[in-house]
Amino acid sequence: MKIALTVNGEAIGAEVEPRVHLGDFLREHLSLTGTHLGCEHGVCGACTVRIDGALARACLVLAVQADGCRVETIEGLSDSGEIADLQQAFHERNALQCGYCTPGMLIAAQDLLLRDPAPDRETIREHLSGNYCRCTGYHAIVDAIVTTAEGRQASKGVDGGPTAAMTTVVS
Amino acid sequence: MKAPAFDYVRAGTVTEACALLGQHGADARLLAGGQSLLPAMNLRLASPSVLIDVGRITGLDGIEVRADKLRIGALVRHETVLRSTQIAKHVPLLTEAMRHVAHPAIRARGTMGGNLAHADPASELPACMLALGAAIEATSARGTRMIAAEYFFTGLFQTALEPDEMLTAIQIPLPAPRFFFQEIARRSGDYAIVGLAASGDRLAFFSVGDRPLLFQASASLDLDPPADLQATAAMRVHLAGVLRQRALTALGIQA
Repeated sequence: MKIALTVNGEAIGAEVEPRVHLGDFLREHLSLTGTHLGCEHGVCGACTVRIDGALARACLVLAVQADGCRVETIEGLSDSGEIADLQQAFHERNALQCGYCTPGMLIAAQDLLLRDPAPDRETIREHLSGNYCRCTGYHAIVDAIVTTAEGRQASKGVDGGPTAAMTTVVS
Repeated sequence: MKAPAFDYVRAGTVTEACALLGQHGADARLLAGGQSLLPAMNLRLASPSVLIDVGRITGLDGIEVRADKLRIGALVRHETVLRSTQIAKHVPLLTEAMRHVAHPAIRARGTMGGNLAHADPASELPACMLALGAAIEATSARGTRMIAAEYFFTGLFQTALEPDEMLTAIQIPLPAPRFFFQEIARRSGDYAIVGLAASGDRLAFFSVGDRPLLFQASASLDLDPPADLQATAAMRVHLAGVLRQRALTALGIQA
């Protein structure tokens, strides 16, 4: 079946069998191997991507269902610089060991930070509850996300956001 | 694992979906959000020969409050239910239950109708429908009928839907009475070991049998739950009793 979709901003046309899920399509057809496949039944979160701006499991979406959609993978988020600070925080806090879960963790974390710029640790853990890490554990990952949130809040202030304006008035 | 091969056809309207169901019969399955069906296919627990994709049919994603009922279209996504201020106001049981349904990525795609038609006995939403006394709207080429939730869930992944019928909406009577919802699960978002959705004096347990089970608050529990890797049958009976007691206390009902 013929499909046409946008992947990381690039228009893609392809011919796929209906049984091919989006994760395999990205990896095998487009060589975008940053989307990892773990359990292939929606439990582990390694294949997390964004479809039309919303989180999705690439293993639980058929490529044919993504026809006409805007798909963003870890490669896209990485290249655009959207999550550069989050990646840096993961690196600095050693929030990854084998790295298998990392693309999914980053995309899920970014999804949370876009909705809730200052989440508490419990909220972060709840939002990542669908993403398994089997080596470093979660503490460092939560730390890195907290650091990123704090950094973004602070830089908003520096850039003349609400925090800076208020500080100016007070001083 | 990967799903076995199948044919895929996209339905543009409910009429078209019903016609396709009539044509393909029991070999076909409707695909909406796919968050239950696709894992089952990847695990080869299900192998339909045809998937009829109803995910793009328009007009099935509405949430409407009428005088005495709340109507939710079949394609309303879990995330939409969770964030709906109308549902939080009129049927807060559903808002609370939805927090426990899987994880954000799955809630972003899973649909109300898909969840209910899948009829997983460990799922939160079928139990909510029982507790709330909801009615399920089923549409086929023969017309539309309403099925009371109590008669809708007929067994393990089995419903009262005919092979050519599509679940198109649910209706929840208003005002909804006071509620209680709790489940016991190993990880947030995982299937419950045992759960309870209560609305007034209607207590609906899930993950305790081949379908959600409804009890009046005054009735003693008569359960014969399955044993699996998560819990023995005796543990499930015990946990159901604990949840029942908590519900009665929270709702101010004398045991």
